[in-house]
Order: sequence, then C-alpha cells, then structure tokens
Amino acid sequence: MEVTKKPKIKSIPYEEFKDNETLEQLVKQLNEGGTNVVVGVLDDLIDWGRSNSLWPLTFATSCCGIEFMAVCAARYDIARFGFEITRNSPRQADVILVSGTITHKMAPVLRRLYEQMADPKYVIAVGGCAVSGGPFRKSYHVVQGVDEILPVDVYIPGCPPRPEAFLYGMMQLQRKVKVEKFFGGVNKTKKEGKEEQA
Amino acid sequence: MNQETLHIASAELLAKMKQLKEVEKMDYLRSLTGMDWGTPEENDTQETMRGLGVVYHLESTSTGKRICVKTSTLDREHPHLPSVCHLWKGAELPEREVYDFFGIIFTGHPDMRRLFLREDWVGFPFRKDNNPEAENPLRMTNEETIDTTYIYKEEANGTLSRTERKLFEDDEYVINIGPQHPATHGVLRFRASLVGEEINKIDVHCGYIHRGIEKMNESLTYPQTLALTDRLDYLSAMQSRHALCMCIEQAMGVEVSDRVKVIRTIMDELQRIDSHILFFACLCQDMGATTAFLYGFRDREKILDILEETCGGRLIINYNTIGGVQADLHPNFVKRVKELIPYLRKNIQEYHDIFTGNIIAQQRLKGTGVLSREDAIAFGATGGTGRASGWACDVRKRLPYAAYDRVDFKEIVYTEGDCFARYMVRLDEIEQSLRIIEQLIDNIPEGSIQEKMKPIIRLPEGSWYTAVESSRGEFGVYLESRGDKSPYRLHYRSTGLPLVAVVDSLTRGAKIADLIAIGGTLDYIVPDIDR
Repeated sequence: MEVTKKPKIKSIPYEEFKDNETLEQLVKQLNEGGTNVVVGVLDDLIDWGRSNSLWPLTFATSCCGIEFMAVCAARYDIARFGFEITRNSPRQADVILVSGTITHKMAPVLRRLYEQMADPKYVIAVGGCAVSGGPFRKSYHVVQGVDEILPVDVYIPGCPPRPEAFLYGMMQLQRKVKVEKFFGGVNKTKKEGKEEQA
Repeated sequence: MNQETLHIASAELLAKMKQLKEVEKMDYLRSLTGMDWGTPEENDTQETMRGLGVVYHLESTSTGKRICVKTSTLDREHPHLPSVCHLWKGAELPEREVYDFFGIIFTGHPDMRRLFLREDWVGFPFRKDNNPEAENPLRMTNEETIDTTYIYKEEANGTLSRTERKLFEDDEYVINIGPQHPATHGVLRFRASLVGEEINKIDVHCGYIHRGIEKMNESLTYPQTLALTDRLDYLSAMQSRHALCMCIEQAMGVEVSDRVKVIRTIMDELQRIDSHILFFACLCQDMGATTAFLYGFRDREKILDILEETCGGRLIINYNTIGGVQADLHPNFVKRVKELIPYLRKNIQEYHDIFTGNIIAQQRLKGTGVLSREDAIAFGATGGTGRASGWACDVRKRLPYAAYDRVDFKEIVYTEGDCFARYMVRLDEIEQSLRIIEQLIDNIPEGSIQEKMKPIIRLPEGSWYTAVESSRGEFGVYLESRGDKSPYRLHYRSTGLPLVAVVDSLTRGAKIADLIAIGGTLDYIVPDIDR
C-alpha cells in the first residue's frame, strides 16, 4: 500500500506551510519498502491519534519558557491542538520543547532528560539559543545549538519566538508525526542531525 | 552617583571593613564585584589599581551614606583576600562567584566552592589571560555532586592552609530538587536535607543557565552590550536596560530629554506590573490554583500588547538606547494605557477575591518563611522581599532617577516578613505603579526621543555604579572603562542572588511543601542569578 495522503492540518491549506519538501521526502522513503494494507491503515489511525495528543515536558531554562507559558494560557491556548497536558516528568512526555539557552552545565542534564523519555519522542528547538546559540554564540559556556546533543525535529527561530510561531512549529511537528510509520519506525533511524526548518 | 572611593590594602581590609560596618553603620552590602586589573606597569600612578581584586559597594540603611571600597592582591598564583561574609551574610554567594570567575580565595569563608561553573572546570574564565574555550570543551559526563567543601586560612608565614568541612553528614537524608523541576522557576537546583518532613538544611546549586554575559560584554561595543541586559531578568527587561543606559549616559555626561525620562518611567512601571502579575499567576499555579494562573495571563497580555505596539517586542523589548529610546510612542499608546488602568484595577480586585482570601492560600502563606528585617539587610534581599520584612529599600525613593522625583507614590512596606507579606507587597505595588502611570500619562512632555550620539561610543576612563529598582529589587550596574569602545568590566548586581541566599535560612524548620511557597514568593528569576 502506498502512503499517499498529505499531512493535513484542519483549516490550513497544505501549500501555506513551508518546507513541504522534507515531508514529501519522508513519504517517499516510507513508500520505498511497501506496506501491508492492514498495517498501513493501522499506522494512519495511530499517527492520527498520536499527532493530536503530543504532550510536552514542562521544561524551560530562560525567556522562551515565559512565552511557552503564554502559549499555554487562555489567549493562545495550545489545548486547541491537543498539547495542553504539560507533563512534569519526562517519563510521561512525548515531546521536549527546548526553550531557552542550554549551557555546558545543563547539557548533560538535558541529555539525561531526553533519555528518560519513552519512545517515540520528539525534540523542538525553541528560540535562537536552542537553534544555534543565538545572542550567546560567543559565550564560553553555551552549547552552540541543541542539535549538538539531541536530534532535533523542528526548529522555531525567534528571540523569543512569538506564540504564533510556537503554534506553527507544533503544527509542523504534528505533520511530521502524521507521515510517520509507527510499525517499523523508518524515520527513527534518520533522526541524526538537522532535518527540518520550521 | 560617583561616591567616595577608598583604596585599602588587602592586609588592612578586615579591620577597616569591620570599622565601616560597626562604627559607620554600613550594614547593607549593595554589590561585590570581582576584578582583574592586570599586572603592574611602569607608568602606573599611586591611584591605579593592579592585580586581582574586589570592589565593594556599601550603604548605610540608617544614614543613607554610601561608599565604594577597592582592594586587590598582586599574587596571581595563589591570590587570596580576607572574606567579609561574617560581617555581611550577603557576601557569601558573591565571594563564591568571585572565586569561580577569578580564582581569588577568600580566607575564612565557610564554603569555598565554585558557584556557577562545573567542579571540573579548568581555569578561571574572567581573568584577562584566561582562554576558557581552549581548555573546556563541552563535557557530556554527568557532574558529580561533592559533599565536602573547604575553609581556607592564612598562616603566619603567608601561605594558605585548608580544612575540610562536610556539607551533609553521612546519615542525613538528602533529597535533590531540580534543576528540572516546575516549581524552581527555571533551572535552579536545591539539595535539601530532611528530618521527617522538615527541612534541616538547603544547599543551593546555581549555574545551569550561566551564559557568561559579563565576560561577553568585555568584547562587545557599548550599544551591543545593551541587548544582553534584556536577557538577564526577562521580566524586568526594561528596567535592566534602563540601568545600563543610565550608567553609560552618566559616564558620557549626557542628559536625556524630559520626554525620554517620562517615557522610560512609564515603560518601567508597565514592566513592573507585567512582572508582578506573572508573579501572582506563577505562585498560584505552583500552589495548585490553575484558574488564577489563567486570569493573570489574561491581563498580562493586555500589557504586552501595549508594549508591542510601541517597542515591537513582547518579552524581550530592546527599547532603551544610549541617550534615548528606540522609537517614539505609538499614537494609540496614551489611549490604550488609559483604558488599561481601570481594567487592571477591576481585575486586581478579582485576584483578591479568588486567591488572597482563600483559606488554603492563607494557611500556606501566613507565618511561613519569615525573614527578619536584619536578615533582609544583611543578605541584601531588596525589592518586594525586603519591603515585606519592613526594610524600605526602594531605589525609586532612595535615589530617585528618571521621573520618579516628580510623582507621588507610596512605598509599600509590610513588617511581617512572611510569605503572605511578600505576596501582598507585590499586589499592592501594582496599584502604586498604576498611580505613577496615571500621573504621567497625560503630561508626557514634547521633545526629542534620542540625543545625538557619536557613531562609535567611547567612555572616558573611570568606574561608575548605577542602580534602578527592577521588578524584584535593586538592579545595579558597575561599569569600569579604560577609554575603549568596549567596557573593561561590566558587572551586574543580580537581584536574584541575595534571594536564593536567604532560601537556606528561611526554610530551616519549615515543611518541604513550604519550600514551594517560599521560593514562589521570593520571586527570583534564575537567568538573572546566573547571568
């Protein structure tokens, strides 16, 4: 069976998203091996469910964390997309939003948090510091982009990103989850280094 | 604000400091800054400071007299100075910071460990001859927690000897809280020793968000350094930047126009309201009142909209510049601020209805974490925390700047010193901030919003200290210039460092659950502690 359908987000046309090529590339990879009909349909169902209930870890090191709180609050309300349940324990979280600067002292702690999360797990780099070191690129104690220590799925630039950018980045992650193969995990092996620019 | 400066040799430091504390009643240590003045050169005058040293800023809370003390040691191999933390408790963490950055050992200090950097960090990054990147690659091994610390003592022959001290005994029950914990407000780590449910001792670990901003400043031009102040304490972004702008303007001898002063004052107060509302929202969230959290954020968005319209930023605002502000007020500004004032007044009442009177909130906040006035001064815990303990420490009243001398507002002071007083101070301060804005909003004078500046800004040689009242205390900037286009040393007096220093003494004997209420009402921001 071919995975043909495009990852859809309700009310937003496919063309309005940037970087659709990456997703198309992923779909192409999925199709290369071919899929059993039953497993394929089950995959779709599971991905639909998972993409609409991505639970983030309550993790913030600096300014972006305050914007993350604003996104959680009433005005921007990430509950509309199924992200509202922020977990305080990494063992219950699906996605870690690395919001804020990661320093040398924090890096092993973050790595440990990531390792404590159960598979399938995702990483979003939020803000200039997590993307590349941002304003602290010259600092002696700042990791130059969180992708040095974790495989990042989506990058959200900004200092700090606007709440709308947060939502857009989260939607990009949802789209990515929607074209994933749950049984077999093709995309998982690809999770090294930079993949997608939100 | 260039006050009297004393140069004291390291051998006489202790006696002289004791005299300042006891005879001249200099009971408040405003700031403690480590310095690397370099090695002696031939054309040095007697006034030139050389070697590794410390700058102390002292103030007397009874007479209001201020003094600046400088001391240094020429020994770069084993630099050591006497510790003053038995005179001012607030010196304990800053001295550890100086040891961390400059390698100066403070003799007699009870706990000479690194404060921010990892225990296995090589070298002292703030020394001018140190290259921290070369010797310190990113280490992904987990940091080991060491339970011992050292006390250094100077022997009669000038050498140092050290004795080991245990932080926690072997049979103590120590639990770890943080750095990833929702109630520590960022990446702060506590190690708490418990007896049953009661806290016996707390050891604070900082540095999980230490970005070396002060070191970076030494290679940035003055306009560039401004950008980093917003990222220190992001809930007092406006005030921090205001402080640095004021410091540079003072050094250059620039007087900003009346319009700029009033705009800055209004913006500072908007930011303060924003911060206090967020304090309310987070405290309620930490204590389980999710509705109050949503209420707080609902009102905060109104302020962010106003800030965004004029400044372009929601959280990191980048508004003040050297000699002015970035952009003129938006045509809607006055109208929207006027709408905001009655709106907030109504909603603050709602906060009181939903949370202040709540029996659970009252029982958890009243009588817990009592900080005495003496301790608040000794630790230098300024801002709402100090004022809740009966210490009138508001910089806006003590040393009026911008347009604060022409407005009428009340300094909120409570005497209980417990969590509830700290909570009430902040809610009452929102009302005072609204009053300040109300008085200014109709009379914003005309004038230019930016003084003419040279394309490259160079400051004359010298050192300056300016302070503003940020959302959570006295935020100070110590600037030392050698005539270049970037500062020789730029130190920020962190508002949060004294606040985490008091956590240990506040929580002794309290229940472990009270730690959340105490941490929440102290209202520290971790990136501001670690810088």
